[in-house]
Amino acid sequence: MFELLKSPVESVQEFIYLSGRAVRNVFRRPHYGDDVVLQMEVIGFGSLPIVVLTGFFSGAVMGLQLSKALAQYGAVGKIGELVAITLVRELGPVLTSLMVAGRNSSGIASELGSMKVTEQIDAMRALGTDPIQKLVKPRLIATCVVLPLLTIIADFLGLVGGFVIAYTMLNLTPSHYWNSAWQAIDFSDLFQGLIKPFSFAFVVALVGCHYGLRTTGGTQGVGLSTTRAMVVASVWIFVLDFFITRLFVRA
Amino acid sequence: MPSDNNAAVLRFDQVSLAFEETPVLDRVSFSIRRGETRVLLGSAGSGKTVLLKTALGLLRPNSGTVEVFGQDITRLRESELYDIRARVGILFQEGGLFDSLTIEENVSYPLLNQKLLRVPREQVLSRVEQALEFVELEHTLDKFPSELSGGMRRRVGIARALVTDPPLLLYDSPTAGLDPITACTIISLIIKGRDVRKATTVMATHRYQDGTWLDEFRYNPKSGRLEPAGGDGSPGDSKTKFMVMQSGRLMFEGSRVELEDCRDPYIAKFVKR
Repeated sequence: MFELLKSPVESVQEFIYLSGRAVRNVFRRPHYGDDVVLQMEVIGFGSLPIVVLTGFFSGAVMGLQLSKALAQYGAVGKIGELVAITLVRELGPVLTSLMVAGRNSSGIASELGSMKVTEQIDAMRALGTDPIQKLVKPRLIATCVVLPLLTIIADFLGLVGGFVIAYTMLNLTPSHYWNSAWQAIDFSDLFQGLIKPFSFAFVVALVGCHYGLRTTGGTQGVGLSTTRAMVVASVWIFVLDFFITRLFVRA
Repeated sequence: MPSDNNAAVLRFDQVSLAFEETPVLDRVSFSIRRGETRVLLGSAGSGKTVLLKTALGLLRPNSGTVEVFGQDITRLRESELYDIRARVGILFQEGGLFDSLTIEENVSYPLLNQKLLRVPREQVLSRVEQALEFVELEHTLDKFPSELSGGMRRRVGIARALVTDPPLLLYDSPTAGLDPITACTIISLIIKGRDVRKATTVMATHRYQDGTWLDEFRYNPKSGRLEPAGGDGSPGDSKTKFMVMQSGRLMFEGSRVELEDCRDPYIAKFVKR
């Protein structure tokens, strides 16, 4: 029984240790600015197409689904409001983070994992750089900056997607749709909608780094780390999403 | 830092290390003095790599003390270890080059990142060129490691280890997986690196022949060639010592003559040619 629990407990322990060191090091020298910019480009700019597409189509699908449900109550006019609230509070942050987790948690894990199995991580330490400072910190900072921005883009395109449906199929005027959408969102929604991707950024970056850095056993190990990073990051995004939402929703 | 010539540069005292339950270093004790050459023999999985990584503080032993330049590194924090590592050059088994960086960036990496060294930026390129010239690869500055052959990558690794002019050099199986001719080139570079800079050299290998070359040859800076030791009147008494490891235990330490006289079947298998 204890043997069975040993490896997950050790893994969690290592993860907490890594996270602690990474977060503590954020304000400590040395800073590798070039690496932060490079990672922002890889994670942020690279994720733009998938975020744009998922954002747009999830908004459009929501418009379609809601149009039917709302028609029963004769409340089709409310569509802008509903799309806006669901997107900003929930779908924008979660879908964006899931896409970025699928793309970058696994990407980070395979990159760092390959470096680990070819002794590049050891070489880094031997040649005077702390892998946490040089590899983990830039990825963490870049993800924390980029993920909320990507979420804003996804939110906006989701609203556009909803608008396309509302305008073409439900014959709503643009001003009606955008006004109801705009008025539906209050400050706490925006706050919730931004604190979520910011928190998920820690999961995406640190889970990827964690599995990358503890890779053992050659190329096969790299594959295993990559899969695990993606799965674990995605699951934790949902779990964390529940707890953050719980903070905002008081019954 | 103790500066007298007899001070131990690297000292292991009863060092043990286990992965999970398997012991990989078992009460290893030895000490290497300044200017010595140490050849670490052992079959695959005998703990050679682990020993070298422990000497750099990349792995922490479960018990025992490791002293580098007279400082007990088992008590140091990771951030304090960098000052020690700045004075040690290491060649990893597969070279350990950063494959996303060019050769120039690889070799300049320790110069730019070792806090203790603080090499002015304008000097970096000339030192990198000098180090690459030393291994005769000065034309590869802008290439990536994947564009080079295995032997060339190993040579770049040597250049990266030597570029900081460290007083202690560690080589992890420098000839593993190389053809005999390339292996010979690599060993002569190691001898050259040792004799030009008078660096303490530790080489892990599974080939006894590599070790005997280190013992037999000297680099003559005047002729720029390797010569048999003692030929030019330099001291014939060798500073080369051998160690043999078997499954984490250090089972022999001594001179070449003692090694060749040894009757142990494991050792005899190495020494036999």
